[in-house]
Amino acid sequence: MPEPTTVHPAGMGYVPHAAGFVANDGPKLVTSRFPYEDSYTLERALATGAYTGLRSALGLAPGEVHAEVREATLLGRGGAGFPAGVKWGFCPEGVWPRYLVVNGDESEPGTYKDRLLMERDPHQLIEGCLIACYALGLSQCFLYVRGEMALAQERLAAALNDAYAAGYVGRNICDTDFSVDITLHWGAGAYIVGEETALIESLEGNRGMPRLKPPYFPAAIGLYGKPTIVNNVETLANLPWILEHGAAAYKGYGSEASPGTRLFAISGHVVRPGIYEVEQGVTTFRDVIYGDNFCQGIRGGNDLKAFIPGGASAPWFFEEQLDLPLEARDVSAAGSMLGSGAIVVMDHTTDVVKACLRVVQFFARESCGKCTPCREGTSWEQQILERIVDGYGRPSDLDLLLDVGDNISPGPYPVAAHGDDGLDAVPFPPLQTTICPLGPSSVAPITSALRRFRSEFEAKITRRDGITVRSAPVAEEAPA
Amino acid sequence: MTFFTEANARIAAEVIAQYPRPKSAVIPLLHLAQEQEGWVTRDAMVEVAELTGVTPAEVLGTGSFYEMFKFHPVGRYVVNVCTNISCLLLGGEELLHHAEESLGVRSGGTTDDGMFTVEEVECVAACTEAPCFTVNYRYFHRADADTLDVVVADLRAGRSPLARGAQGDDGNLPSHGTLSRLRQHIPDDRRAGVTPPELVTEAPVWLRPSPALAPSTAGVADA
Repeated sequence: MPEPTTVHPAGMGYVPHAAGFVANDGPKLVTSRFPYEDSYTLERALATGAYTGLRSALGLAPGEVHAEVREATLLGRGGAGFPAGVKWGFCPEGVWPRYLVVNGDESEPGTYKDRLLMERDPHQLIEGCLIACYALGLSQCFLYVRGEMALAQERLAAALNDAYAAGYVGRNICDTDFSVDITLHWGAGAYIVGEETALIESLEGNRGMPRLKPPYFPAAIGLYGKPTIVNNVETLANLPWILEHGAAAYKGYGSEASPGTRLFAISGHVVRPGIYEVEQGVTTFRDVIYGDNFCQGIRGGNDLKAFIPGGASAPWFFEEQLDLPLEARDVSAAGSMLGSGAIVVMDHTTDVVKACLRVVQFFARESCGKCTPCREGTSWEQQILERIVDGYGRPSDLDLLLDVGDNISPGPYPVAAHGDDGLDAVPFPPLQTTICPLGPSSVAPITSALRRFRSEFEAKITRRDGITVRSAPVAEEAPA
Repeated sequence: MTFFTEANARIAAEVIAQYPRPKSAVIPLLHLAQEQEGWVTRDAMVEVAELTGVTPAEVLGTGSFYEMFKFHPVGRYVVNVCTNISCLLLGGEELLHHAEESLGVRSGGTTDDGMFTVEEVECVAACTEAPCFTVNYRYFHRADADTLDVVVADLRAGRSPLARGAQGDDGNLPSHGTLSRLRQHIPDDRRAGVTPPELVTEAPVWLRPSPALAPSTAGVADA
């Protein structure tokens, strides 16, 4: 293509450079390099302190590095929020080799942070991988990048080639006895591969289907049947800072239960959507959605209808939860999860039934098909919601939706729920009839939307056939 | 019968050498095959099977699980329009309809001239930049019908819709199948060494208590 390139008007077309990142005030632990145009190059990375965390780590004994990470209470950033230092400790003694698998298969709807971290600061991630490998004696690292992320793959390949040449990766790293290879691996398009045992299956060259538990953690039996640590990109990206400044300094940010910062992608009907680095625990949803420093409110001054606090798998929140802090513990106590740091804001113009359908459709499409309740149930849910949206809904459909949901994720869903009653008791985290949480996640949008906006579902059902939906009386108490 | 070109066969060998077990290279090699032909042919699967020590059926079994592998010819440019939640809220569905109507194909279909395939896809991790679409996995953010029209017109006219240098490259948009245009290459003298797991029986050297190590890292086993 020799022709000169068309120049598109601003805001249109291809804008790969740090697209989405908004440099708000506040501490910058993982995005410090982002403002530089050339943040992904080795020269810029070295000029801004890259690999000093690695050098600090190499000055400590491996066990001390592990202790430092455990002390920092670094919570996993992939969704489950499990402390990385504790997860690291699950490797059985005396079983070798051990592997590191980096989960860069970011696919949870609403989530956009790992792609940015890989595109904008690949050396930070590589440094984090090396620190983990050094601490635990991991003999090879596999960097699993989502297949669709071509630019991230290019940036990581370039960064790895440079880091190998400069002696930061490979044999005798920084002239020590520490040697580890980092292998760049691309996925090929499957959301379920974000589940860690499915990720391992995929890396072994198989269909990406989750493995039966137990063992619950691949740290016991993972890649090639050997102890394997699977960590999210953002989790590992925090390690260089922790090793450079120490666990005590890290705990100076955020709250006691969730120290440090997190990247939140805030999308949907807000004035200034973007990815923000946010101190955990001290910032509320209201701050990030309405704050001048963050999203600056809802477009056109519209009213908030609902928001998803942690990716498509998370039950929805509403106005009354706006003052909750962005902290895993508080959000869980309120019945949802911070998940993968994805906040999706819906204003009052949103068709929630359609939004609910779209999320359910996602899970139906991405179900791997291993467990019957998920494989069949998610597509049933989709079909029922589709006919409601298309105007062919049946009065019994709302109860049927909950019934199908109950078979994927058992819960005290009242057979005939009125308004808020009973549905408030939906358990979180969800119970599972399946190996992994994908299927149960599909129930979250349904219970969330039905609990709050039942009348909108009923209106769609009534519109065409003229029958007004009348639910059966509410059960006295939901069955346990 | 050989499927891979000489250059790609060398790449394939290098890829396989990066894994402790050759089967792990099935997905990377399918990508390589798709880069060569634009889609995954039967011959490609047979050769990938031979190279990785599995059956062609296993290669198909693995490959067919993943959305990015196409087992039939697709357009030179695959236009993926996201309609998941964040994009839906800001017009992703309308964008998909526009793509379908202006190109005259339904999602999954390819234009008669073999230039474009349109697909409705799930979240591609650009949610704050919704609605978005990708062409051969290159992102177009905050897009509307006009963006799509300009990009399509550019590609039909043989121009690249990518801003030159925006990516630190020549701004060319490769045809379908090519993902990363840069591959990882480990020089032999820098390689730590990949060993099959069954041949590793003891802790790596930096964890072993050994006088050969520098004092600061010596004598401490894993906690």
